[in-house]
Amino acid sequence: MTTAEILSFDPGWLILVKGLLVFIICVVATLVAIWAERRIVARMQMRIGPNRVGPFGLLQSLSDGVKLALKEDLIPAAADKVVFLIAPIISATTCFMAFAVIPMTGPVTLFGHKTAMQLTDIPVGVLYVLAIASVGVYGIILAGWSSGSTYPLLGGLRSSAQVISYEVAMGLSLVAVFIYSGSMSTSEIVAAQQKWWYSVVLFPSFVIYAISMVGETNRAPFDLAEAEGELVGGFHTEYSSLKFALFFLAEYVNIVAVSALATTLFLGGYHALPGLTFTENWLGGWFTIVWFLAKVSAFFFLFVWLRGTLPRLRYDQFMKFGWKVLIPASLFWILIVATMRVMSLRGTSRAGVLGFAVGVVLIVLVGSFLYDASKKRGESESEIEIPAPSFPVPAIPVKDRSVSQSEVTRG
Amino acid sequence: MINLALEVGKTAAPEATMFWILAPLAVIAALGMLLAKKAVHSAILMAWVMITLAIFYIAQGALFLGIVQVVVYTGAVMMLFLFILMLVGVDSADSLKETIKGLRPIAILAFLGFGGLIVSLIGRATIGHPAVGLDVANASGNVPALAELLFSKYVWAFEVVSALLITAALGAMVLAHNHRVTAKPTQRDLSILRFRGDSLASAAGLPNPGVYALHNAVDVPALLPDGSAAPTSISAMLEARGDVIDSSPFQLGQAEDVEGEDK
Repeated sequence: MTTAEILSFDPGWLILVKGLLVFIICVVATLVAIWAERRIVARMQMRIGPNRVGPFGLLQSLSDGVKLALKEDLIPAAADKVVFLIAPIISATTCFMAFAVIPMTGPVTLFGHKTAMQLTDIPVGVLYVLAIASVGVYGIILAGWSSGSTYPLLGGLRSSAQVISYEVAMGLSLVAVFIYSGSMSTSEIVAAQQKWWYSVVLFPSFVIYAISMVGETNRAPFDLAEAEGELVGGFHTEYSSLKFALFFLAEYVNIVAVSALATTLFLGGYHALPGLTFTENWLGGWFTIVWFLAKVSAFFFLFVWLRGTLPRLRYDQFMKFGWKVLIPASLFWILIVATMRVMSLRGTSRAGVLGFAVGVVLIVLVGSFLYDASKKRGESESEIEIPAPSFPVPAIPVKDRSVSQSEVTRG
Repeated sequence: MINLALEVGKTAAPEATMFWILAPLAVIAALGMLLAKKAVHSAILMAWVMITLAIFYIAQGALFLGIVQVVVYTGAVMMLFLFILMLVGVDSADSLKETIKGLRPIAILAFLGFGGLIVSLIGRATIGHPAVGLDVANASGNVPALAELLFSKYVWAFEVVSALLITAALGAMVLAHNHRVTAKPTQRDLSILRFRGDSLASAAGLPNPGVYALHNAVDVPALLPDGSAAPTSISAMLEARGDVIDSSPFQLGQAEDVEGEDK
């Protein structure tokens, strides 16, 4: 039986219970994620990080959350009050909705019913996640607009441009997955990866998705919508107390959501690592959720690692990267994938497909080699053009004045 | 088996309940879209109408259409949102003044005529004609069936429409694009300009506006060592608007004269 068939027999109360479980998993994941991020970034910066509240500081995010909720709730006088209230609600509700189609386990037994840890399995599950993500951005844009102040507005506008650009690249990177699995349903895509993960088969798609998911979630190095050096807090500058907490929650749940989608589409979902498939039957199938969570945590670590390593991009560089690098690369890669898929469906021999692949690789290599060569030539030319700097430099303060004078004249 | 399960679960009641909850909301939102004074509110209500329509599509078995409706229209409304902000202004509100005389009755007449036409057309086509053929159309699954039609029977129309859309987008780009006469200065060029100019005074950036004990804002110039105001410490925009405050009352020794000014 496929997952869709198993799920079609779920009684209503079971769906409610599963929905509650998914919600709890998301909220607890957020609390743990904030703690883990602070600890990991601290370790990367040779600090210790939060270690006071609870064992290893585990309860730090809980106490921070309580503190946040008890703060004064301010609404600026210039704000559009209704929209100002709706914006964080949109952000916080949509971020949970993506989890409805994420398969967290294989077939399991819950309260005597054979089911799977997935709320529903629709044939266009992945498109559904994209749709929900694009609704979620409204929270950020409306927050920016309704605050009635300049920095939030700039943050909201940046975010909208950012999400529109990076959603194109993200959608294109998913096309290759759809072509190979022949389905847009999350559970069928997981089932299609039983032999080979798509992160191996469709490696370029995986890389493009991984980059655009960072852009989509407004995380460093792409956190231009809330760049604290430029826009104070970006779209949430005017928010405080619980409303700010909702944005905070939404950001982390979104990270978990895109990581879960990446796990589902490229890392084989809830399946075990190759060679460890026997573990999938442990605990009556429930052990698969451990694999799922482990893969999601790996992605989360990647997010933290990026934040700890890379400086924020300048806005024009970021847009240029999205439109002039990611999208053309995606389109080129989809052409190759579609051609290979058609070849294999038409029954072309393995040697033919391999020949095509080798040909494409050779063309790309020669192209990049020529590009590099032309770039190097350009560089050497420009080096000749620039004369040595001849502007006056201030005197270096040294005891002997005559020395510094001669330095100046020489410079 | 899945079809059987879906058949068993299919009753009119849930769909009817959903319809009677969402349809009034959609109609109210649509009316609000027309009547809202602020353009941004209209855009938000439009997004809501589109999402309710998507839910209706999904409830009627057109899953793919419903989801794509959300993906496409949320992006489209976001564009609308940006256009409002860029072209009309952040806080723009409609003026209800009739700019051309006699336009209002014509508009109302056109609305009634067009609305009546659509209502009668859709009514004739649907009322008393039960929908047939959904199961046949969805026999091989909603998405494959749609794909088959789009890429076989309607492929020509589909491609022509997409060519039209691309032409429109390119046209908009050509219209909006203006050629720069000179190359845009890069960071490097600007840096060279700063250091090779007549003086090094602005090499490290322009001076900040004044910070005084009694007044701390961007509208007061900073003081140069000789006590005169530094003109470059004030934004040219403020100067043009005449919003600049004279800095002399804030000088040391004169502070008593302005005491209480900023309390």
